[in-house]
Amino acid sequence: MRWVKRHLLPAYAFLAFCYLLLPIGVVILFSFNAPSGRYNYVWEGFTLDNWIHWDAPPGIRSAVVKSLEIGVVSTLAATVLGTLIALAIVRHRFRGRGATNMLVFLPMSTPEIVLGASLLTLFLNRQIVTGFGTIFIAHVMFIVSYVVVTVKARLIDFDRHLEEAAMDLGANEWVTFQKVTLPLLAPAILSAALLGFALSIDDFVITYFVAGSTQTFPLFVWGAARVAVPPQVNVVASAIFLVAVAVMIGNVLWGLRNRRRGTVEEPIAQAIPVPRQLPQQGAA
Amino acid sequence: MGFIHRHRSLTPYLLLLPGIAWLALFFLAPLGFLGYQSLESGTFDTGFTFEWAFSNYWNAISDYHEQFVRSFVYAGVATVLALLVSYPLVYWIAFRAGRWKNVFLILIVAPLFVTYLVRTLAWLNILADEGPVVGFLRDIHVLGADGRLLATSVAVVGGITYNFLPFMALPLYVSLEQIDARLLEAAEDLYASKREAFLRVTLPLSAPGIVAGTLLTFIPAAGDFINAQLLGTPRQYMVGNVIQSKFLEVLDYPSAAALSFILMALIVAALLVYAKAVGTERLTG
Repeated sequence: MRWVKRHLLPAYAFLAFCYLLLPIGVVILFSFNAPSGRYNYVWEGFTLDNWIHWDAPPGIRSAVVKSLEIGVVSTLAATVLGTLIALAIVRHRFRGRGATNMLVFLPMSTPEIVLGASLLTLFLNRQIVTGFGTIFIAHVMFIVSYVVVTVKARLIDFDRHLEEAAMDLGANEWVTFQKVTLPLLAPAILSAALLGFALSIDDFVITYFVAGSTQTFPLFVWGAARVAVPPQVNVVASAIFLVAVAVMIGNVLWGLRNRRRGTVEEPIAQAIPVPRQLPQQGAA
Repeated sequence: MGFIHRHRSLTPYLLLLPGIAWLALFFLAPLGFLGYQSLESGTFDTGFTFEWAFSNYWNAISDYHEQFVRSFVYAGVATVLALLVSYPLVYWIAFRAGRWKNVFLILIVAPLFVTYLVRTLAWLNILADEGPVVGFLRDIHVLGADGRLLATSVAVVGGITYNFLPFMALPLYVSLEQIDARLLEAAEDLYASKREAFLRVTLPLSAPGIVAGTLLTFIPAAGDFINAQLLGTPRQYMVGNVIQSKFLEVLDYPSAAALSFILMALIVAALLVYAKAVGTERLTG
Protein backbone atom coordinates (compact mmCIF):
# COMPACT_ATOMS: atom_id res chain seq x y z
CA MET A 1 0.00 0.00 0.00
CA ARG A 2 2.77 2.39 0.95
CA TRP A 3 4.66 1.46 -2.15
CA VAL A 4 1.62 2.29 -4.27
CA LYS A 5 1.17 5.59 -2.48
CA ARG A 6 4.76 6.62 -3.00
CA HIS A 7 4.74 5.78 -6.68
CA LEU A 8 1.28 7.04 -7.52
CA LEU A 9 2.33 10.61 -8.29
CA PRO A 10 5.42 9.77 -10.38
CA ALA A 11 3.39 7.21 -12.30
CA TYR A 12 0.72 9.81 -12.93
CA ALA A 13 3.35 12.33 -14.07
CA PHE A 14 4.74 9.74 -16.46
CA LEU A 15 1.32 9.13 -17.99
CA ALA A 16 0.61 12.85 -18.24
CA PHE A 17 3.87 13.38 -20.10
CA CYS A 18 2.98 10.56 -22.45
CA TYR A 19 -0.26 12.38 -23.21
CA LEU A 20 1.54 15.69 -23.78
CA LEU A 21 4.25 14.23 -25.96
CA LEU A 22 2.29 11.60 -27.89
CA PRO A 23 1.07 14.01 -30.63
CA ILE A 24 4.61 15.36 -31.05
CA GLY A 25 5.86 11.81 -31.52
CA VAL A 26 3.10 11.22 -34.04
CA VAL A 27 3.99 14.38 -35.99
CA ILE A 28 7.64 13.38 -36.18
CA LEU A 29 6.90 9.71 -36.91
CA PHE A 30 4.53 10.52 -39.77
CA SER A 31 7.14 12.82 -41.31
CA PHE A 32 8.91 9.53 -42.18
CA ASN A 33 5.80 7.84 -43.47
CA ALA A 34 5.48 6.69 -47.09
CA PRO A 35 1.74 6.93 -47.75
CA SER A 36 0.63 5.15 -50.91
CA GLY A 37 -2.34 7.44 -51.50
CA ARG A 38 -2.90 11.07 -50.73
CA TYR A 39 -3.77 10.59 -47.06
CA ASN A 40 -1.09 10.50 -44.42
CA TYR A 41 -3.23 8.98 -41.65
CA VAL A 42 -2.04 5.39 -41.49
CA TRP A 43 1.51 4.17 -41.13
CA GLU A 44 2.66 2.49 -44.32
CA GLY A 45 6.42 2.36 -44.23
CA PHE A 46 9.60 4.25 -43.45
CA THR A 47 11.16 6.70 -45.91
CA LEU A 48 13.52 9.66 -45.84
CA ASP A 49 12.08 11.03 -49.09
CA ASN A 50 9.83 13.56 -47.36
CA TRP A 51 12.81 15.11 -45.59
CA ILE A 52 15.01 15.12 -48.70
CA HIS A 53 12.26 16.54 -50.93
CA TRP A 54 10.62 18.68 -48.25
CA ASP A 55 9.63 21.34 -50.77
CA ALA A 56 8.03 18.98 -53.28
CA PRO A 57 4.42 20.10 -52.62
CA PRO A 58 3.88 23.28 -54.64
CA GLY A 59 3.75 26.39 -52.48
CA ILE A 60 5.22 24.96 -49.29
CA ARG A 61 8.66 26.50 -49.75
CA SER A 62 7.39 30.01 -50.38
CA ALA A 63 4.97 29.66 -47.45
CA VAL A 64 7.79 28.69 -45.08
CA VAL A 65 9.98 31.53 -46.37
CA LYS A 66 7.09 33.98 -45.91
CA SER A 67 6.54 32.80 -42.34
CA LEU A 68 10.20 33.27 -41.51
CA GLU A 69 10.32 36.73 -43.09
CA ILE A 70 7.23 37.89 -41.26
CA GLY A 71 8.50 36.35 -38.03
CA VAL A 72 11.82 38.20 -38.22
CA VAL A 73 10.57 41.67 -39.16
CA SER A 74 7.56 41.71 -36.87
CA THR A 75 9.60 40.35 -33.94
CA LEU A 76 12.25 43.02 -34.43
CA ALA A 77 9.69 45.82 -34.53
CA ALA A 78 7.64 44.47 -31.63
CA THR A 79 10.71 43.88 -29.46
CA VAL A 80 11.81 47.49 -29.82
CA LEU A 81 8.33 48.93 -29.21
CA GLY A 82 7.64 46.59 -26.31
CA THR A 83 10.96 47.19 -24.57
CA LEU A 84 10.43 50.95 -24.73
CA ILE A 85 6.96 50.58 -23.21
CA ALA A 86 8.32 48.34 -20.44
CA LEU A 87 11.04 50.89 -19.64
CA ALA A 88 8.47 53.67 -19.43
CA ILE A 89 6.10 51.69 -17.21
CA VAL A 90 8.68 50.41 -14.74
CA ARG A 91 11.06 53.38 -14.66
CA HIS A 92 8.69 56.32 -14.68
CA ARG A 93 5.70 57.61 -12.81
CA PHE A 94 3.43 59.46 -15.20
CA ARG A 95 -0.19 60.25 -15.81
CA GLY A 96 -1.95 57.51 -17.71
CA ARG A 97 0.28 54.72 -16.41
CA GLY A 98 -2.69 52.63 -15.35
CA ALA A 99 -4.37 53.14 -18.71
CA THR A 100 -1.14 52.14 -20.45
CA ASN A 101 -0.97 48.94 -18.43
CA MET A 102 -4.55 48.21 -19.35
CA LEU A 103 -3.96 48.85 -23.05
CA VAL A 104 -1.02 46.45 -23.02
CA PHE A 105 -3.00 43.81 -21.15
CA LEU A 106 -6.15 43.92 -23.28
CA PRO A 107 -4.85 42.42 -26.54
CA MET A 108 -3.63 39.37 -24.62
CA SER A 109 -7.04 38.84 -23.06
CA THR A 110 -9.00 39.27 -26.28
CA PRO A 111 -9.73 36.11 -28.26
CA GLU A 112 -7.59 35.95 -31.38
CA ILE A 113 -10.62 35.67 -33.59
CA VAL A 114 -11.85 39.07 -32.38
CA LEU A 115 -8.41 40.61 -32.98
CA GLY A 116 -8.33 39.21 -36.50
CA ALA A 117 -11.91 40.13 -37.31
CA SER A 118 -11.58 43.69 -36.04
CA LEU A 119 -8.37 44.28 -38.00
CA LEU A 120 -10.08 42.96 -41.10
CA THR A 121 -12.94 45.43 -40.69
CA LEU A 122 -10.39 48.23 -40.32
CA PHE A 123 -8.59 47.20 -43.51
CA LEU A 124 -11.86 46.77 -45.40
CA ASN A 125 -13.18 50.15 -44.30
CA ARG A 126 -9.96 51.98 -45.10
CA GLN A 127 -9.59 49.99 -48.31
CA ILE A 128 -6.16 48.74 -47.36
CA VAL A 129 -5.11 45.79 -49.49
CA THR A 130 -4.40 42.80 -47.28
CA GLY A 131 -1.10 40.99 -47.69
CA PHE A 132 2.42 41.01 -46.27
CA GLY A 133 2.06 44.53 -44.87
CA THR A 134 -1.18 43.85 -43.03
CA ILE A 135 0.19 40.59 -41.59
CA PHE A 136 3.19 42.56 -40.34
CA ILE A 137 0.90 45.15 -38.73
CA ALA A 138 -1.17 42.44 -37.04
CA HIS A 139 1.79 40.44 -35.76
CA VAL A 140 3.55 43.45 -34.28
CA MET A 141 0.28 44.37 -32.57
CA PHE A 142 -0.19 41.06 -30.80
CA ILE A 143 3.49 40.43 -30.02
CA VAL A 144 4.12 43.82 -28.36
CA SER A 145 2.15 42.94 -25.23
CA TYR A 146 4.07 39.72 -24.66
CA VAL A 147 7.36 41.59 -25.02
CA VAL A 148 6.23 44.19 -22.49
CA VAL A 149 5.28 41.52 -19.95
CA THR A 150 8.54 39.59 -20.37
CA VAL A 151 10.85 42.62 -20.19
CA LYS A 152 8.83 44.22 -17.38
CA ALA A 153 9.24 41.16 -15.17
CA ARG A 154 13.01 41.48 -15.48
CA LEU A 155 13.08 45.25 -15.03
CA ILE A 156 11.14 45.06 -11.78
CA ASP A 157 13.88 42.90 -10.21
CA PHE A 158 16.57 45.12 -11.68
CA ASP A 159 19.27 46.26 -9.25
CA ARG A 160 19.36 49.99 -9.77
CA HIS A 161 22.49 50.33 -7.64
CA LEU A 162 24.50 49.23 -10.65
CA GLU A 163 23.23 52.17 -12.65
CA GLU A 164 23.76 54.55 -9.75
CA ALA A 165 27.32 53.30 -9.47
CA ALA A 166 27.91 54.00 -13.17
CA MET A 167 26.52 57.51 -12.77
CA ASP A 168 28.68 58.08 -9.67
CA LEU A 169 31.66 57.13 -11.77
CA GLY A 170 30.81 59.90 -14.20
CA ALA A 171 28.75 58.15 -16.88
CA ASN A 172 25.84 60.15 -18.21
CA GLU A 173 22.38 58.64 -18.61
CA TRP A 174 22.89 57.51 -22.18
CA VAL A 175 26.24 55.85 -21.51
CA THR A 176 24.77 54.18 -18.42
CA PHE A 177 21.87 52.88 -20.47
CA GLN A 178 24.18 51.52 -23.16
CA LYS A 179 26.86 50.03 -20.92
CA VAL A 180 24.86 48.88 -17.90
CA THR A 181 21.11 48.73 -18.44
CA LEU A 182 20.99 47.24 -21.91
CA PRO A 183 23.52 44.42 -21.32
CA LEU A 184 21.74 43.39 -18.12
CA LEU A 185 18.39 43.43 -19.89
CA ALA A 186 19.70 41.50 -22.87
CA PRO A 187 18.62 38.03 -21.66
CA ALA A 188 15.07 39.23 -21.03
CA ILE A 189 14.92 41.02 -24.38
CA LEU A 190 16.21 37.90 -26.09
CA SER A 191 13.60 35.74 -24.32
CA ALA A 192 10.93 38.21 -25.38
CA ALA A 193 12.12 38.15 -28.97
CA LEU A 194 12.21 34.34 -29.05
CA LEU A 195 8.70 34.21 -27.66
CA GLY A 196 7.56 36.80 -30.21
CA PHE A 197 9.10 34.86 -33.07
CA ALA A 198 7.51 31.62 -31.88
CA LEU A 199 4.12 33.31 -31.62
CA SER A 200 4.50 34.84 -35.05
CA ILE A 201 5.43 31.74 -37.03
CA ASP A 202 2.75 29.71 -35.24
CA ASP A 203 -0.08 32.19 -35.62
CA PHE A 204 -2.95 31.03 -37.72
CA VAL A 205 -6.16 32.74 -36.62
CA ILE A 206 -5.21 36.41 -36.88
CA THR A 207 -3.11 35.83 -39.98
CA TYR A 208 -5.99 33.99 -41.64
CA PHE A 209 -8.13 37.13 -41.39
CA VAL A 210 -5.56 39.65 -42.64
CA ALA A 211 -3.45 37.64 -45.10
CA GLY A 212 -5.29 38.30 -48.34
CA SER A 213 -3.66 36.02 -50.90
CA THR A 214 -0.34 35.84 -49.03
CA GLN A 215 0.36 32.37 -47.70
CA THR A 216 2.28 31.58 -44.52
CA PHE A 217 3.11 28.06 -43.38
CA PRO A 218 0.06 27.71 -41.06
CA LEU A 219 -2.18 28.98 -43.87
CA PHE A 220 -0.61 26.42 -46.19
CA VAL A 221 -1.45 23.68 -43.65
CA TRP A 222 -5.02 24.93 -43.38
CA GLY A 223 -5.44 24.86 -47.14
CA ALA A 224 -3.90 21.39 -47.32
CA ALA A 225 -6.13 20.12 -44.49
CA ARG A 226 -9.18 20.70 -46.68
CA VAL A 227 -7.87 18.20 -49.19
CA ALA A 228 -5.03 16.00 -47.95
CA VAL A 229 -2.04 17.01 -45.83
CA PRO A 230 1.24 15.93 -47.46
CA PRO A 231 3.86 14.36 -45.13
CA GLN A 232 6.14 17.33 -45.91
CA VAL A 233 3.96 19.40 -43.59
CA ASN A 234 5.07 17.08 -40.79
CA VAL A 235 8.67 17.53 -41.91
CA VAL A 236 8.49 21.32 -41.64
CA ALA A 237 6.63 21.17 -38.31
CA SER A 238 9.19 18.69 -36.94
CA ALA A 239 12.05 20.89 -38.08
CA ILE A 240 10.52 23.99 -36.45
CA PHE A 241 9.96 21.97 -33.29
CA LEU A 242 13.52 20.67 -33.13
CA VAL A 243 15.01 24.12 -33.72
CA ALA A 244 12.74 25.65 -31.06
CA VAL A 245 13.68 23.02 -28.49
CA ALA A 246 17.38 23.45 -29.27
CA VAL A 247 17.11 27.22 -28.87
CA MET A 248 15.23 26.82 -25.61
CA ILE A 249 17.78 24.42 -24.18
CA GLY A 250 20.51 26.82 -25.27
CA ASN A 251 18.71 29.67 -23.55
CA VAL A 252 18.34 27.68 -20.33
CA LEU A 253 22.03 26.70 -20.38
CA TRP A 254 23.01 30.31 -21.02
CA GLY A 255 20.91 31.35 -18.03
CA LEU A 256 22.54 28.64 -15.90
CA ARG A 257 26.02 29.78 -16.89
CA ASN A 258 25.24 33.39 -16.10
CA ARG A 259 23.80 32.34 -12.80
CA ARG A 260 26.89 30.37 -11.94
CA ARG A 261 29.04 33.38 -12.79
CA GLY A 262 26.82 35.41 -10.55
CA THR A 263 25.96 37.97 -13.17
CA VAL A 264 22.27 37.22 -13.37
CA GLU A 265 19.94 36.28 -10.56
CA GLU A 266 17.19 34.95 -12.71
CA PRO A 267 14.74 32.23 -11.78
CA ILE A 268 15.30 29.61 -14.40
CA ALA A 269 11.65 29.45 -15.36
CA GLN A 270 12.01 32.91 -16.82
CA ALA A 271 14.36 31.59 -19.44
CA ILE A 272 11.46 29.66 -20.89
CA PRO A 273 9.77 32.09 -23.20
CA VAL A 274 6.10 31.52 -22.50
CA PRO A 275 3.68 33.97 -20.93
CA ARG A 276 2.98 32.98 -17.37
CA GLN A 277 2.18 35.98 -15.28
CA LEU A 278 -0.17 37.88 -17.52
CA PRO A 279 -3.26 38.30 -15.41
CA GLN A 280 -1.42 39.26 -12.24
CA GLN A 281 0.87 41.65 -14.01
CA GLY A 282 -1.55 43.03 -16.49
CA ALA A 283 -4.08 45.19 -14.78
CA ALA A 284 -1.83 45.98 -11.82
CA MET B 1 19.59 63.23 -25.49
CA GLY B 2 19.96 66.81 -24.37
CA PHE B 3 16.34 67.29 -25.24
CA ILE B 4 15.33 64.56 -22.85
CA HIS B 5 17.48 66.04 -20.13
CA ARG B 6 15.73 69.33 -20.37
CA HIS B 7 12.27 67.81 -20.59
CA ARG B 8 12.58 64.97 -18.15
CA SER B 9 8.84 64.63 -17.69
CA LEU B 10 8.46 63.97 -21.39
CA THR B 11 10.73 60.91 -21.37
CA PRO B 12 8.08 58.32 -20.48
CA TYR B 13 5.75 59.63 -23.17
CA LEU B 14 8.47 59.52 -25.81
CA LEU B 15 9.25 55.93 -24.82
CA LEU B 16 5.59 55.00 -25.00
CA LEU B 17 4.68 56.85 -28.15
CA PRO B 18 5.53 54.34 -30.89
CA GLY B 19 4.20 51.25 -29.12
CA ILE B 20 1.07 52.82 -27.75
CA ALA B 21 0.33 54.48 -31.07
CA TRP B 22 0.59 51.06 -32.71
CA LEU B 23 -1.82 49.52 -30.19
CA ALA B 24 -4.23 52.46 -30.50
CA LEU B 25 -4.24 52.28 -34.30
CA PHE B 26 -4.28 48.53 -34.73
CA PHE B 27 -6.03 47.27 -31.61
CA LEU B 28 -8.37 49.96 -30.29
CA ALA B 29 -9.38 51.60 -33.56
CA PRO B 30 -10.24 48.25 -35.19
CA LEU B 31 -12.54 47.46 -32.27
CA GLY B 32 -14.30 50.72 -33.05
CA PHE B 33 -14.62 49.74 -36.70
CA LEU B 34 -15.91 46.34 -35.63
CA GLY B 35 -18.60 48.02 -33.51
CA TYR B 36 -19.51 50.34 -36.38
CA GLN B 37 -19.70 47.46 -38.82
CA SER B 38 -21.91 45.47 -36.45
CA LEU B 39 -24.60 48.15 -36.73
CA GLU B 40 -24.66 48.27 -40.52
CA SER B 41 -27.20 46.62 -42.74
CA GLY B 42 -27.15 45.45 -46.31
CA THR B 43 -25.37 42.72 -48.23
CA PHE B 44 -21.93 42.40 -49.75
CA ASP B 45 -23.29 42.87 -53.27
CA THR B 46 -25.53 45.86 -52.60
CA GLY B 47 -23.14 47.47 -50.12
CA PHE B 48 -23.45 48.10 -46.39
CA THR B 49 -24.95 51.21 -44.82
CA PHE B 50 -24.78 52.32 -41.22
CA GLU B 51 -28.16 52.62 -39.55
CA TRP B 52 -27.93 51.53 -35.91
CA ALA B 53 -29.09 48.09 -36.94
CA PHE B 54 -29.32 46.56 -33.48
CA SER B 55 -31.37 43.82 -35.06
CA ASN B 56 -28.00 42.27 -36.08
CA TYR B 57 -27.44 41.52 -32.41
CA TRP B 58 -30.86 40.00 -31.78
CA ASN B 59 -30.60 37.95 -34.95
CA ALA B 60 -27.12 36.76 -34.02
CA ILE B 61 -28.34 35.60 -30.62
CA SER B 62 -31.51 33.95 -31.84
CA ASP B 63 -29.80 32.24 -34.79
CA TYR B 64 -26.63 31.13 -33.03
CA HIS B 65 -27.39 30.76 -29.33
CA GLU B 66 -26.66 27.06 -29.74
CA GLN B 67 -23.09 27.78 -30.92
CA PHE B 68 -22.60 30.31 -28.14
CA VAL B 69 -23.68 27.84 -25.48
CA ARG B 70 -21.49 25.18 -27.03
CA SER B 71 -18.45 27.47 -27.07
CA PHE B 72 -18.79 28.22 -23.39
CA VAL B 73 -19.55 24.64 -22.38
CA TYR B 74 -16.63 23.25 -24.40
CA ALA B 75 -14.27 25.94 -23.13
CA GLY B 76 -15.44 25.45 -19.55
CA VAL B 77 -15.09 21.67 -19.64
CA ALA B 78 -11.69 21.95 -21.34
CA THR B 79 -10.49 24.43 -18.70
CA VAL B 80 -11.55 22.16 -15.84
CA LEU B 81 -9.95 19.14 -17.53
CA ALA B 82 -6.73 21.07 -18.13
CA LEU B 83 -6.68 22.03 -14.44
CA LEU B 84 -7.31 18.47 -13.28
CA VAL B 85 -4.70 17.00 -15.60
CA SER B 86 -1.98 19.57 -14.99
CA TYR B 87 -2.28 20.19 -11.24
CA PRO B 88 -0.85 16.85 -10.04
CA LEU B 89 1.73 16.99 -12.81
CA VAL B 90 3.14 20.41 -11.95
CA TYR B 91 2.81 19.59 -8.24
CA TRP B 92 5.10 16.67 -8.83
CA ILE B 93 7.52 18.86 -10.81
CA ALA B 94 7.56 21.66 -8.25
CA PHE B 95 8.01 19.47 -5.16
CA ARG B 96 9.45 16.14 -6.27
CA ALA B 97 11.39 16.54 -9.51
CA GLY B 98 14.54 17.93 -7.90
CA ARG B 99 17.23 19.08 -10.26
CA TRP B 100 15.40 17.92 -13.36
CA LYS B 101 12.68 20.55 -12.98
CA ASN B 102 13.78 22.56 -16.00
CA VAL B 103 13.81 19.55 -18.27
CA PHE B 104 10.24 18.71 -17.27
CA LEU B 105 9.17 22.30 -17.76
CA ILE B 106 10.52 22.21 -21.29
CA LEU B 107 8.53 19.01 -21.84
CA ILE B 108 5.36 20.78 -20.70
CA VAL B 109 5.75 23.64 -23.16
CA ALA B 110 7.06 21.38 -25.93
CA PRO B 111 3.63 20.99 -27.59
CA LEU B 112 3.51 24.76 -28.13
CA PHE B 113 6.49 24.48 -30.46
CA VAL B 114 4.68 22.21 -32.85
CA THR B 115 2.61 24.34 -35.21
CA TYR B 116 -0.88 24.62 -33.71
CA LEU B 117 -2.65 23.23 -36.76
CA VAL B 118 -0.20 20.38 -37.16
CA ARG B 119 -0.47 19.22 -33.56
CA THR B 120 -4.25 19.32 -33.87
CA LEU B 121 -4.03 17.27 -37.05
CA ALA B 122 -1.90 14.74 -35.16
CA TRP B 123 -5.02 13.94 -33.12
CA LEU B 124 -6.63 12.91 -36.40
CA ASN B 125 -4.00 10.17 -36.66
CA ILE B 126 -4.33 9.18 -33.02
CA LEU B 127 -8.12 9.12 -32.87
CA ALA B 128 -8.63 7.69 -36.36
CA ASP B 129 -11.40 5.12 -36.66
CA GLU B 130 -8.98 2.37 -37.59
CA GLY B 131 -6.37 3.57 -35.06
CA PRO B 132 -5.32 1.84 -31.83
CA VAL B 133 -7.21 4.15 -29.43
CA VAL B 134 -10.60 3.60 -31.00
CA GLY B 135 -9.78 -0.12 -31.43
CA PHE B 136 -9.00 -0.47 -27.72
CA LEU B 137 -12.12 1.43 -26.64
CA ARG B 138 -14.22 -0.78 -28.89
CA ASP B 139 -12.62 -3.91 -27.45
CA ILE B 140 -13.46 -2.92 -23.88
CA HIS B 141 -16.93 -1.87 -25.02
CA VAL B 142 -16.62 1.76 -24.05
CA LEU B 143 -17.42 2.42 -27.68
CA GLY B 144 -19.86 0.38 -29.74
CA ALA B 145 -18.62 -1.79 -32.59
CA ASP B 146 -18.84 1.13 -34.99
CA GLY B 147 -18.41 3.85 -32.37
CA ARG B 148 -15.93 6.58 -33.13
CA LEU B 149 -14.17 9.50 -31.47
CA LEU B 150 -13.54 11.77 -34.42
CA ALA B 151 -16.46 13.98 -35.34
CA THR B 152 -17.74 13.90 -31.74
CA SER B 153 -17.65 16.52 -29.02
CA VAL B 154 -15.23 14.27 -27.11
CA ALA B 155 -12.61 14.79 -29.81
CA VAL B 156 -13.21 18.55 -29.97
CA VAL B 157 -13.07 19.08 -26.20
CA GLY B 158 -10.05 16.76 -26.03
CA GLY B 159 -8.29 18.79 -28.71
CA ILE B 160 -9.03 22.08 -26.97
CA THR B 161 -7.82 20.68 -23.64
CA TYR B 162 -4.61 19.46 -25.19
CA ASN B 163 -3.89 22.64 -27.11
CA PHE B 164 -4.28 25.02 -24.18
CA LEU B 165 -3.03 22.82 -21.34
CA PRO B 166 0.44 24.45 -21.18
CA PHE B 167 -1.23 27.81 -20.51
CA MET B 168 -2.84 26.24 -17.45
CA ALA B 169 0.23 24.34 -16.32
CA LEU B 170 2.80 27.15 -16.39
CA PRO B 171 1.08 29.70 -14.10
CA LEU B 172 0.19 26.81 -11.79
CA TYR B 173 3.81 25.76 -11.69
CA VAL B 174 4.99 29.30 -10.96
CA SER B 175 2.59 29.65 -8.03
CA LEU B 176 3.47 26.22 -6.59
CA GLU B 177 7.17 26.81 -7.00
CA GLN B 178 6.97 30.04 -4.99
CA ILE B 179 5.50 28.31 -1.94
CA ASP B 180 7.89 28.53 0.99
CA ALA B 181 8.73 24.98 2.09
CA ARG B 182 8.90 26.22 5.68
CA LEU B 183 5.14 26.81 5.64
CA LEU B 184 4.58 23.13 4.93
CA GLU B 185 7.04 22.16 7.67
CA ALA B 186 5.19 24.46 10.05
CA ALA B 187 1.90 22.79 9.15
CA GLU B 188 3.48 19.41 9.85
CA ASP B 189 4.90 20.62 13.16
CA LEU B 190 1.39 21.69 14.10
CA TYR B 191 0.23 18.10 13.49
CA ALA B 192 -1.51 18.69 10.19
CA SER B 193 -1.86 15.53 8.16
CA LYS B 194 -0.46 15.51 4.63
CA ARG B 195 -3.97 15.93 3.32
CA GLU B 196 -4.76 18.84 5.63
CA ALA B 197 -1.47 20.54 4.82
CA PHE B 198 -2.31 20.28 1.16
CA LEU B 199 -5.87 21.54 1.52
CA ARG B 200 -5.09 24.36 3.93
CA VAL B 201 -1.64 25.51 2.82
CA THR B 202 -0.65 24.36 -0.65
CA LEU B 203 -3.99 24.67 -2.40
CA PRO B 204 -4.86 28.20 -1.16
CA LEU B 205 -1.33 29.40 -1.95
CA SER B 206 -1.60 28.08 -5.49
CA ALA B 207 -4.88 29.94 -6.04
CA PRO B 208 -3.24 32.78 -8.04
CA GLY B 209 -1.87 30.19 -10.43
CA ILE B 210 -5.29 28.55 -10.77
CA VAL B 211 -6.86 31.92 -11.52
CA ALA B 212 -4.22 32.91 -14.07
CA GLY B 213 -4.27 29.49 -15.70
CA THR B 214 -8.05 29.50 -15.92
CA LEU B 215 -8.06 32.84 -17.72
CA LEU B 216 -5.25 31.90 -20.08
CA THR B 217 -7.04 28.68 -20.98
CA PHE B 218 -10.66 29.75 -21.04
CA ILE B 219 -10.34 32.92 -23.15
CA PRO B 220 -8.61 31.38 -26.16
CA ALA B 221 -10.70 28.20 -25.83
CA ALA B 222 -13.99 30.11 -26.01
CA GLY B 223 -12.93 31.80 -29.25
CA ASP B 224 -11.40 28.72 -30.84
CA PHE B 225 -12.70 27.28 -34.09
CA ILE B 226 -9.81 25.13 -35.26
CA ASN B 227 -10.50 22.09 -33.07
CA ALA B 228 -14.18 22.03 -34.01
CA GLN B 229 -13.27 22.41 -37.67
CA LEU B 230 -10.55 19.76 -37.82
CA LEU B 231 -11.74 17.22 -35.24
CA GLY B 232 -15.49 17.80 -35.35
CA THR B 233 -18.33 18.33 -37.76
CA PRO B 234 -20.79 21.21 -38.18
CA ARG B 235 -22.69 19.63 -35.28
CA GLN B 236 -19.76 20.53 -33.01
CA TYR B 237 -19.24 24.01 -34.43
CA MET B 238 -18.57 26.78 -31.97
CA VAL B 239 -19.24 30.47 -32.36
CA GLY B 240 -15.72 30.95 -33.72
CA ASN B 241 -16.61 28.77 -36.69
CA VAL B 242 -19.64 30.95 -37.41
CA ILE B 243 -17.66 34.20 -37.17
CA GLN B 244 -14.93 32.79 -39.36
CA SER B 245 -17.28 31.61 -42.10
CA LYS B 246 -19.38 34.77 -42.06
CA PHE B 247 -16.31 36.97 -42.35
CA LEU B 248 -14.34 35.01 -44.88
CA GLU B 249 -16.78 32.85 -46.80
CA VAL B 250 -20.30 34.27 -46.62
CA LEU B 251 -19.03 37.89 -46.47
CA ASP B 252 -21.85 38.89 -44.13
CA TYR B 253 -19.70 41.40 -42.24
CA PRO B 254 -22.34 43.09 -40.06
CA SER B 255 -23.62 39.91 -38.51
CA ALA B 256 -20.07 38.53 -38.15
CA ALA B 257 -19.09 41.74 -36.36
CA ALA B 258 -22.12 41.53 -34.07
CA LEU B 259 -21.24 37.92 -33.24
CA SER B 260 -17.66 38.95 -32.40
CA PHE B 261 -18.90 41.67 -30.09
CA ILE B 262 -21.30 39.34 -28.31
CA LEU B 263 -18.51 36.79 -27.88
CA MET B 264 -16.29 39.44 -26.33
CA ALA B 265 -19.06 40.73 -24.08
CA LEU B 266 -19.86 37.21 -22.89
CA ILE B 267 -16.20 36.53 -22.12
CA VAL B 268 -15.94 39.77 -20.15
CA ALA B 269 -19.14 38.83 -18.29
CA ALA B 270 -17.79 35.37 -17.53
CA LEU B 271 -14.56 36.92 -16.25
CA LEU B 272 -16.48 39.32 -14.01
CA VAL B 273 -18.50 36.49 -12.51
CA TYR B 274 -15.30 34.54 -12.02
CA ALA B 275 -13.53 37.56 -10.53
CA LYS B 276 -16.36 37.99 -8.10
CA ALA B 277 -16.16 34.35 -7.10
CA VAL B 278 -12.41 34.29 -6.52
CA GLY B 279 -11.94 37.87 -5.33
CA THR B 280 -10.89 40.75 -7.52
CA GLU B 281 -7.53 41.28 -5.87
CA ARG B 282 -6.44 37.87 -7.06
CA LEU B 283 -7.39 38.70 -10.61
CA THR B 284 -5.49 41.94 -10.86
CA GLY B 285 -2.77 41.24 -8.28
